[in-house]
Amino acid sequence: MKYSYFPGCSLETVAQSYDVSARITADKIGVELAELDDWNCCGATAYFHVDEILALTLCARNLAMAEKMELDIVAPCSACYKNMLETSIRLKNDADLREHINLALKEDGLQFGGQGRVFHLIDVFTGNAELQRIQKLVANPLKGLRVAPYYGCQILRPKMGRENIENPDFLENLISTSGAEAIDYPLKTQCCGGSLIATKNPVALKMVQNLLKCATDKGADLIVTTCPLCQINLECYQKQINRQYGTQFSLPVFYFTQLLGFAFGIPKEDLLIGSEMHSPVQLLTRFVKEA
Amino acid sequence: MAEKPDFQKEVATLMSVMDGNPIDVCIQCGTCSGSCPAVEYMDYSPREIIALIRADLRDRVIYSDTIWCCSSCYSCTVRCPKNIKITEMMYALKRYCIWKHKHKRGAIGPDFSRKFVKMVVKTGKSYEPGLATTFMFRYGIRGMIDNMSMGMSLLQKRRMSIVPKTVKRIKNFRKVLNRIIPLGVEQ
Repeated sequence: MKYSYFPGCSLETVAQSYDVSARITADKIGVELAELDDWNCCGATAYFHVDEILALTLCARNLAMAEKMELDIVAPCSACYKNMLETSIRLKNDADLREHINLALKEDGLQFGGQGRVFHLIDVFTGNAELQRIQKLVANPLKGLRVAPYYGCQILRPKMGRENIENPDFLENLISTSGAEAIDYPLKTQCCGGSLIATKNPVALKMVQNLLKCATDKGADLIVTTCPLCQINLECYQKQINRQYGTQFSLPVFYFTQLLGFAFGIPKEDLLIGSEMHSPVQLLTRFVKEA
Repeated sequence: MAEKPDFQKEVATLMSVMDGNPIDVCIQCGTCSGSCPAVEYMDYSPREIIALIRADLRDRVIYSDTIWCCSSCYSCTVRCPKNIKITEMMYALKRYCIWKHKHKRGAIGPDFSRKFVKMVVKTGKSYEPGLATTFMFRYGIRGMIDNMSMGMSLLQKRRMSIVPKTVKRIKNFRKVLNRIIPLGVEQ
């Protein structure tokens, strides 16, 4: 299957490892990701704090460009995914709003018609055919590795068509396909604090602390995420949390695409494993099959 | 002469959602507050915010910290038995406060959001280091050191770029945004 790929701003910088590993693993399982040419920011949450119509316009421009390519759009970031899916639904259902925004999009030779669909990257990895292909590709089964699946918020909420948003299991399925063990812990869909890490730091640190504690209490060796902001919040602030709460967290947090790629036997450097602040390298090397 | 709309009506105009119920139908059950991961840091819980809006106690709401503690996780929204889009209400309140330049003193959220919008209008993309100035000096010296040392580590790991990226058709991009007339209440 071919999709138009919307990496989003974070994947160009702080979450490069997600971008690189997404492209490699997608290619392996036969998912073609053609980067959307000249995409722009989805508006994150901050744009919606200032002007909603402008924020929807940002997303509509990306959707219209994907439509021009006649491809469905795939976003690896949960916030980009949620914003574009929400925009697509709202514009499809509100003719006045669509007309208003289409008038503006004309300035860039674009139109939103509502033909394209919006997917999160993980959606195109968890179809039955893709899961079967993944199973066949696993060269380093990660047997015995205890992985905490972390969903966060916006991949699930608000509810937009996904079945089980209170207790989802698609990430667990992917983890077990890689041979690792997906641990069960109650906070897997609890928020990481999002942009509060910048605007309300103490609040976000407490939210992250709760998550890290819950996952480690249940015996997690590492956490796997589906969103760049979740990864940053869970991983990069452990030092501050340790100082503030007297804890000793040093828990690797990386992307599901890196876990899969590693299980496929792709060299860890190619997946940018090791660009984390708490490297999972040591933990993972024991799973590499001797040649 | 037309009557000045009360606060509840103003919030309703700003909650331009397709579905979902107006806050009049709230039964004050507190499911929102019980589902909120940030409630312990709020001065009023989400349930109380709805009660305050309905009581037309505008200033208690707009100067509260609650609005800026909401991380948009939508836990309240998906669980509300009356289908009130509480997260959208929080967005509406944020817009209200930012537009009127009235909010809790020292709140970083409004500055952060304004700066974010300026940046996106300028380049079409978000750029973390450009946003850092809105918060990095606001958590004391310790916070500043933490932020700087994290920036350094991210640079070292090549997880941060020195120059912001810009969309290619930036002129067209800005023309698109300029065609949008902001809807909602008058300032």
